Amino acid sequence: MVQLTLPKNSRITKGKTWPKPEGATNLRKFSIYRWSPDEGKNPSVDTYFVDMDTCGPMILDALIKIKNEIDPTLTFRRSCREGICGSCAMNIDGINTLACIYGMDEIKGDVKIYPLPHMPVVRDLIPDLTHFYAQHASIMPWLETKTNRPAKEWRQSVEDREKLDGLYECVMCACCSTSCPSYWWNGDRYLGPAALLHAYRWIIDSRDEATGERLDDLEDPFKLYRCHTIMNCAKTCPKGLNPAAAIANIKKKMVERTV
Amino acid sequence: MRYLTDRKRALGLGSARTGTDQHWQMLVRSIVMGVLVPLFVFTFAAGFGGTRAEVLAYFSHPCAAIVTGLMLVVGLVHLMHEANEAVEDYIHGVAGKLSLVAVKAFAFTLIAIGLFALVKIAL
Repeated sequence: MVQLTLPKNSRITKGKTWPKPEGATNLRKFSIYRWSPDEGKNPSVDTYFVDMDTCGPMILDALIKIKNEIDPTLTFRRSCREGICGSCAMNIDGINTLACIYGMDEIKGDVKIYPLPHMPVVRDLIPDLTHFYAQHASIMPWLETKTNRPAKEWRQSVEDREKLDGLYECVMCACCSTSCPSYWWNGDRYLGPAALLHAYRWIIDSRDEATGERLDDLEDPFKLYRCHTIMNCAKTCPKGLNPAAAIANIKKKMVERTV
Repeated sequence: MRYLTDRKRALGLGSARTGTDQHWQMLVRSIVMGVLVPLFVFTFAAGFGGTRAEVLAYFSHPCAAIVTGLMLVVGLVHLMHEANEAVEDYIHGVAGKLSLVAVKAFAFTLIAIGLFALVKIAL
């Protein structure tokens, strides 16, 4: 049954307000979700003040500055710093996005940062994406062929290659799936926008020879048909992709082979 | 504690190999409703305002009766499927299964009552 209120041990309390940096005049306030499994306390929101005159322009720059100069216990994932790895996905100012490519000038007022919603939290801004990755693996994200391997390469026309544009760019940051209400309520059975976008990427790959099996595996009231075209996935995708369109195209393929 | 691998948990019981029929029927019903709802509104509204005898005579006309009958069946079946979607979304486990049965029973009862009333008026 859907829970409309958070369990007692998940309710957020007011956290620590860290001192303002001395001598700074251009300060920005950051409210950041904190939770550690070691402390046995409820999650809290800590307040930090960052000197914008000595900070880079992106949210990730501010987080790194906070970790380096104010609070070394603040925990988050980051790697490439240019929107390629998808590690620094988090909820910034109410939007799931990548901290490395989200500019501070895009936010008015204080900056509020939470982990991706509706996922178990490992610590602070780090969600547990184990099930998300397992769902991705379940759609067989690789080329399946039955014909003998060609001497040189699997060939593909320019037109067929173009069909993969808008799909292969997905970095698996989980922003879309964690913004989807259907995934919130039925994430155990519904594959979610990211896994389905990847599934479609392989379904329409002209070189793949397992299209039927892939469609068979997706034909399920929960795995695929939990998508109600809410479109949060397309709205939030930091790479500008449209998982909702990919899901609609899978449904179209399902109907094509039935009717 | 169940020692399931992450992959096993994600795969669950596998695909049910169903859902496309219902998806297609929902699409078809939505298109039918797009035509039927305005027709129903106009025919139903035209029957209002007269005396009892005039209203009975109006709904005994095949056109008004058929449109009303179709609306009752298609509209309520559509409502039932939409309500079932909501139940599947938000209510899980035994409560969910019982709610699905209740929604179905409620919808078919409404259809039966509506058709009975319509037949009584039209014939």
